[in-house]
Amino acid sequence: MEKLKNVSDKVSEMAEKVNRNLRRNAAGQTDKAPKMHRGMKINRNTKKTVRETCVSWGFLMPSLMGVMTFFVLPFCVVVFYALVNNPIQKEFVGLFNFERVFTNNAFRQAAYNTFKFSIIAVPLSVILSLFLAVVMESGIPFKSQFRSFFLSPMMVPIASIVLIWQVLFHFNGIINVIGMSFGGPKIDWLKSDKAQIVIVVLFLWKNLGYNMILFMAALSSVPKDLLEVARLESATDAQIFWTIKMRYLSSTILFVTIMSLINSFKVFREIYLMTGDYPYKTLYMMQHFMNNTFASVDYQKLSASAILMAMVIIVLMLIMFVTENRYGKDIEG
Amino acid sequence: MSGLKLPAGEVAFYEKAIRKARRKRKIYKYGIVAGTVICAIFAILFLLPTILTVTNSFMSSSEINANYGAVFQTTDTGGKVFISKTVNLKFIPDMVSFDQYITVLFKSPEYLVKFWNSVFYVGPILIVQLMIAMLASYGFARYRGRVREVIFFLYIIMMLMPYQVTLVPNYLVSSWLGILDTRWAIWLPGFFSPFAVYLLTKFIRRIPTEVMEAASIDGASEWQIFSQICVPLCKSGLISIGILVFIDYWNMVEQPLILLSNDELHPLSVFLSKINAHEISLAFAVAVIYLVPPLLIFLYGEEYLIEGISYQGGLKG
Repeated sequence: MEKLKNVSDKVSEMAEKVNRNLRRNAAGQTDKAPKMHRGMKINRNTKKTVRETCVSWGFLMPSLMGVMTFFVLPFCVVVFYALVNNPIQKEFVGLFNFERVFTNNAFRQAAYNTFKFSIIAVPLSVILSLFLAVVMESGIPFKSQFRSFFLSPMMVPIASIVLIWQVLFHFNGIINVIGMSFGGPKIDWLKSDKAQIVIVVLFLWKNLGYNMILFMAALSSVPKDLLEVARLESATDAQIFWTIKMRYLSSTILFVTIMSLINSFKVFREIYLMTGDYPYKTLYMMQHFMNNTFASVDYQKLSASAILMAMVIIVLMLIMFVTENRYGKDIEG
Repeated sequence: MSGLKLPAGEVAFYEKAIRKARRKRKIYKYGIVAGTVICAIFAILFLLPTILTVTNSFMSSSEINANYGAVFQTTDTGGKVFISKTVNLKFIPDMVSFDQYITVLFKSPEYLVKFWNSVFYVGPILIVQLMIAMLASYGFARYRGRVREVIFFLYIIMMLMPYQVTLVPNYLVSSWLGILDTRWAIWLPGFFSPFAVYLLTKFIRRIPTEVMEAASIDGASEWQIFSQICVPLCKSGLISIGILVFIDYWNMVEQPLILLSNDELHPLSVFLSKINAHEISLAFAVAVIYLVPPLLIFLYGEEYLIEGISYQGGLKG
C-alpha cells in the first residue's frame, strides 16, 4: 500500500512540474529568465492601464462636456441662486430663501401633492406590473398579443391621451354616464378630491406595460434548476416566489422603481395640458409651483424649492441603492 | 390479472397521491383561465382609449359636436346641432367621413407645419443623442473606476430631475449661448440628455467582458472593439432606447413652451393641446395623425423593443 502511495505522490509531483512549465510556456515565459520578464510585465501593465484610462475618458468626453454645460452647470447655478438675495446684487443670505419657501402655503400644498402622488403611484405600478408579469408568465395563451396590447399605451401621444381622458373623466364624461346608469353618483372627477385617482389611473395605464415586460424578462431569467430543486423539496408556490424569485427580481425592482419615479414626474405634462396653470388643489404639483414662480420671475424661491426637491430625490435614490446592495448582493449576474 | 397485489394501506396512499395531483392540475387549469380573463380585461381597458380615438376620427364634425359638445362646450358649428347633456359613448360613427382628415391635411397648412416641426426636433435629437450616448456608455461600461462610478451616479441623479428643477439656469444658459428662440435651444440639451447613457450603460454591462477581451488580445484597437463588436451587439438596445427617446421628445411640452416664444417653431404636441379646447371636431383626426409615426415605429420595432427592454432591467449593472 505504501509503495503505491509513494508512486502516486511522485507521479503527481512530476505532473505538477510539467504543468507549471506548460503554463509558463503558454504565457510566453521560460524557466531561464523569469525575473526580467516579470518586471517588464508590470511595466507594461501600468502603461496599459494609463492608456485604458485615457481611452475611456476619450469615450466619455463628448457626453461629459454636454452634460456639464446643460445639466450640471445649471444645477450649480440653481444652488447659487438659492443662496443669494437677488440675481443683480448677489448678496449672500444663507437659508433665507428656504425659509421663505417653507412658509409658503402653495409650496407646501405642491410638495404634499407630489409626494403623495409618487408614494401612491410608484409602489402601485411596481406591484401591479409584477402581478401582471407573474400572470403572463404562468403559461396563459395569447401571451405575445397581450404583451403588445399592454405596451401600446406607451406609444399614444400625449395630446390624444389628454383628449381621451377629458372625454372619459369630464363632469359630463363617459365614466359618469356609465357610473350613473348603475346608480352611482355624478362626480366631477377632475375638480374634486377624486382628481388624484384620475391621474394615478392615467399613470398606471401608461406605464404598466413597460414595467411588466421588465419583470417578465427578470422572471424568465431565474435559473430553472433552482426552481426544480425547490419543487422537489416540496416548497409551495408562495415559498418559491418569495424566497427565490424575489431575490432574483430585486435589481429589476430597483430599476422599475427608478423608471417609475422618472415617469411619475413626467405625468405633470398630462396634468398641465388637461387642467392648465392652476388646477384643482389636489392636482397642484411641484412643477406647477415652479412654473408659476418662473412666470412671476422669483428665481430665488424657484431655486430653493428646486434644491429641496432635488435633495429628496437624491436621498431616495441613495436609500434604494443601499437596500438593493444589501438584499441582492449574493446573486451572481 | 392478479399479478400485483398491494397491501390496503399502500393502495390508499397511492390513491390519495393521485387525487392530490389531480386536484392540483385542476387548480392549475382554473388558474390559467383566471389569468387569461384578468389579462383580457386589462387588455381591453388598455386598448379602449386608443380605439376610441381612431374610430372617432372618422366621425363628421357635427357628430363629434353632438357627442362631445357637453365636454368641450362647442356650439359654434354654424348649423343646428343637437347637443346632448352628457357624452354619448360611441365607437362606430353613424357615417364614415374623411372630412376631418381632409381639413387637417389639405385645408389648414398649420397642422402640417407643426407636424414637420416635431419631426425636425425629434430626428436630429434621436440620432445625435444615441451616438453620443453610445460612446459615453462604452466608456462607462468597459472601464470602471471610482471617479467614473461617481460620475455615473451623477448622471442618474441628473436624469431623475424633473425639467423644472433646472428650468431657470437652462433658460439662462440658452440665452448666454444665444440660442434662445431657435431650434438649437431644443436640440442642444436633447443631444446630451443622460437618459440614453444610463440605459445603454446598463445594456453594455450585460455583454460578457470576454467577448471584448478576446478581441483585445487578438490585437483589435479600442475603436475597432467599439465599432465592430460593441455597437452591433447593442442593436436591440439602441433600437429600444431610441424608441423611448423618440416618445419622450415626440411628446415634449415644457421645453418649447419655455425656450421658444415664437409660436411658429412649436412642435405639434404643444399646438395640439391648445387646439383641443376650441376645435374639438378636428382634434381626433390630428391626434390620429400624430399617433401614426410612433405606431409605425412600434409595429416595426416591437420585437427589438421587447428584447431591448428585457435586457435593460437586467441583473446587476
